[in-house]
Amino acid sequence: MTDLTRLSAADLADKLASREVSSVEVTQAHLDRIAAVEADVHAYLHVSDHALGVAADIDRRRAAGEDLGPVAGVPLAIKDVLVTTDMPSTSGSKILEGYMSPYDATVVARSRAAGLVPLGKTNMDEFAMGSSTEHSAYGPTRNPWDLDRIPGGSGGGSAAAVAAFEAPLALGSDTGGSIRQPAHVTGTVGIKPTYGGVSRYGAIALASSLDQVGPVTRTVLDAGLLHDVIGGHDHNDSTSLTQDWPSFAEAAREGARGDVLKGLKVGVITELPDSGFQAGVSASFRAALAKMEAQGAEIVEISAPHFEYGVAAYYLILPAEASSNLAKFDSVRFGLRVDVPGGTVEDVMAASRDAGFGDEVKRRIILGTYALSAGYYDAYYGSAQKVRTLIQRDFDAAFGQVDVIATPTAPTTAFKLGERIDDPLQMYLNDVTTIPANLAGVPGISVPTGLAEEDGLPVGIQFLAPAREDARLYRVGAALEALLVDGWGGPLLDRAPILGGAR
Amino acid sequence: MAKDKLMDFDKALELFEPVLGFEVHVELNTKTKMFSAAPNPAHPDNHGATPNTLVAPVDMGLPGSLPVVNEEAVKYSISLGLALGCSIAPSSRFARKNYFYPDLGKNYQISQYDEPIAFEGRIEVELEDGTIVEVPIERAHMEEDAGKLTHMGGTTGRIQGAEYSLVDYNRAGVPLVEIVTKPIFGAEHRAPEIAKAYVATIRDIVRSLGISEARMERGNLRCDANVSLRPRGQEKLGTRTETKNVNSMRSVERAVRYEIQRQAAILADGGTVTQETRHWHEDTGVTSPGRPKSDADDYRYFPEPDLLPVVPAPELIEQLRAALPEPPAARRRRLKAEWGFTDLEFQDVANGGILAEVEATIAAGASPASARKWWTGEIARIANAAGKEPAELVSPEHVAALQQLVDAGTLTDKLARQVLEGVIAGEGTPQEVVDARGLAVVSDDGALIAAIDEALAAQPDVLAKIKDGKVQAAGAVIGAVMKAMKGQADAARVRELILERAAQ
Repeated sequence: MTDLTRLSAADLADKLASREVSSVEVTQAHLDRIAAVEADVHAYLHVSDHALGVAADIDRRRAAGEDLGPVAGVPLAIKDVLVTTDMPSTSGSKILEGYMSPYDATVVARSRAAGLVPLGKTNMDEFAMGSSTEHSAYGPTRNPWDLDRIPGGSGGGSAAAVAAFEAPLALGSDTGGSIRQPAHVTGTVGIKPTYGGVSRYGAIALASSLDQVGPVTRTVLDAGLLHDVIGGHDHNDSTSLTQDWPSFAEAAREGARGDVLKGLKVGVITELPDSGFQAGVSASFRAALAKMEAQGAEIVEISAPHFEYGVAAYYLILPAEASSNLAKFDSVRFGLRVDVPGGTVEDVMAASRDAGFGDEVKRRIILGTYALSAGYYDAYYGSAQKVRTLIQRDFDAAFGQVDVIATPTAPTTAFKLGERIDDPLQMYLNDVTTIPANLAGVPGISVPTGLAEEDGLPVGIQFLAPAREDARLYRVGAALEALLVDGWGGPLLDRAPILGGAR
Repeated sequence: MAKDKLMDFDKALELFEPVLGFEVHVELNTKTKMFSAAPNPAHPDNHGATPNTLVAPVDMGLPGSLPVVNEEAVKYSISLGLALGCSIAPSSRFARKNYFYPDLGKNYQISQYDEPIAFEGRIEVELEDGTIVEVPIERAHMEEDAGKLTHMGGTTGRIQGAEYSLVDYNRAGVPLVEIVTKPIFGAEHRAPEIAKAYVATIRDIVRSLGISEARMERGNLRCDANVSLRPRGQEKLGTRTETKNVNSMRSVERAVRYEIQRQAAILADGGTVTQETRHWHEDTGVTSPGRPKSDADDYRYFPEPDLLPVVPAPELIEQLRAALPEPPAARRRRLKAEWGFTDLEFQDVANGGILAEVEATIAAGASPASARKWWTGEIARIANAAGKEPAELVSPEHVAALQQLVDAGTLTDKLARQVLEGVIAGEGTPQEVVDARGLAVVSDDGALIAAIDEALAAQPDVLAKIKDGKVQAAGAVIGAVMKAMKGQADAARVRELILERAAQ
């Protein structure tokens, strides 16, 4: 019998719809896989104890002839930044250990309504602050390609779960690259939708003006299927866009079968020279561009002069907003409380926050508090917002010339656990290519392009499109994916080490 | 607490010029809160709800929750801004005011900071003697209320010294409009009176707009009074204090008077006034220092990234402007003329907070004189005794119906008062109370004559006296008849009948 965990969500959905397999079987296969590999990977913080019950209910409804959605019965991993009523939601922090939310995040509610079966909550850097998952209060996740290496961050858990076949679909969140960079280092697909394209309601906020929820999958089509479920306006999120969106799954299918690359203008940023990237990363990037060019795409050099200020601006805006968003974790209404005998409420708040937050969180709260302080606001937060506007203008100018922009998703392949943990600046610079999309609110996708020659680790290409043009990313991403998988003779992940012993 | 030294008020005014400023918070009575779908405790239906039952995730600052602006609250705020003579910003923005306090679930308050929805206005404030004073308005902005802390244990009811505190998040997220005046100059010895009249005017405006219950004792309307003094002839403003917890019109007046006298005593002694928040104590009539306040308080304001700017359609603003009620001062001038009241009669009504009730009673068919008589008389008396607002007791329609029964001769004034009691007790409309209690005047002469005969028989000498021309002797018989009729007789008619009887 086929290993159900190796199938894409699209294939699983077909088999479920034709009743070739049941959701209980699919769910059980993934729970077995989780049991087999979690000791190595540690992608999950919590595995649902009632996923089979949910799956059985889907099977029952299908048997009763109910018209279920296209992905009903397919399992789903949920990043722990998203609140859920049936599983704890910690955002990777001790301060929320065991926290049960009285409501579901909108994307979770929509996933449930679509019949997706939540398997569990995935590991992440604490409050999504990090690029390696090493800042999780519950221990790091390991990269399925090499267990000594990081799976990226902050959403390393979701990416690793998908890469290790512990789930076909996962939800992530991307504030500066937390979906795309993990996709890059794990050989998976990740999309950061247009800001406002997917509801943030129930996503524990890191930086409200940058956060965006999106899909983490093994194929572009699967990402489109999940995006179709979670996307669209939500009246609980004032920043959510009110427009109607096309089907992203349809866009992916169109990209895979059509000739969307012909005449496509692909911008390459002059200010991001190959010298800034690991050799194998730029080689893989250039090879992918060459393949696209061979299919009729036109590679155009474009200038984005302000991208280089992106990281600096980002690390002012993010801590500023985070310092305010994280103020609610004060032990008064929920979460960890450290009692201070004879202390005031302020003493208890301070002791609880001291004990509950990790170093990286404290570092950013301090940075943000400083950046917003009277007398510094204009110099820091104010200037950063101006840079943001300049980067948006860079994008506007660029998209006047090209259809999509392409960059390597991140400067290097997966680095070793512990390698950069004591060097925050090096860690921050890892986000140089992904941050501009968050600052400008435009959508971005990371698609695997192969393995770096020098270390045999996965590399991804990032495509960026104008705001609201997410469908374009699905078309282009799926087109490149089809070309590459054809060339490889099968998915890239087939080449990843087999974990969990013989199967 | 050491007792403050106070200077005689007139003396203080001789030496110093008082400068006033007010921050009035108005709780809007929308159905739901400013940023959540939770029921609003400032809506009359939800008054007195059990603590922490009117809450949504965002009011509690739960992880992942997001605010959504209440459109109705924005409309109310625009109407209020227009009524204050303000310009309405084509685009205004919310900001976060960051500070840690357990009544604030998110540990920041969403408020408008540098871009308020309404700015630059002015209102006419009418003093009790009819003098009109113009108060300049700096801005009116939208924000959310914090929860309510109750400090348990300890003696002061304040957080200092309390053993523990209870938090009620029902109030967290109640829509507020904060109205900030510019400095008010030239108030002079009428400063306390102007303070009171200003707050009364705001109350009248929001009531006429129907956007707030405006009950000070419930905190629907809260006034912070800023007072500073400067020596006569000095240009530079003095140091101000901000007095909070001023929960009635009368307290506003007293608190301003107190601060003038207290600051004058300090300054005359060569001291300096501390810039601080002060608390008004209703029972003792003094203010006491709260926390020191300085302009350096750092709330780390920044634009609220979870909300979009508020951009009201110009047509909406014009629509709301067209629907504005008449300004209170103009309305009072008109009503006084229409009703033909004397200055004193009108002030009784206007200052009693029952203008709207009297107007509605007249609209329901009562004469101005009778409407005034009921509301300033019996109803005010009962309300006063019960510690309630007259408007809470009885509807204008019922008062008008009651007066109609008097006019028709169905009720005497005395019976009408009993019927009023019944209506207030919730026994129904005046007619229903009359029917249920059997209170109508007995207009059947036969029944009255029978009672008169009985009374005359019991006091045989009275008839003789009347026949002798001592008509006042009839009084004793009237009393007996009224008693026999349980008061449900028209005394004048009884008297007529007695005299007829005596003449026979």
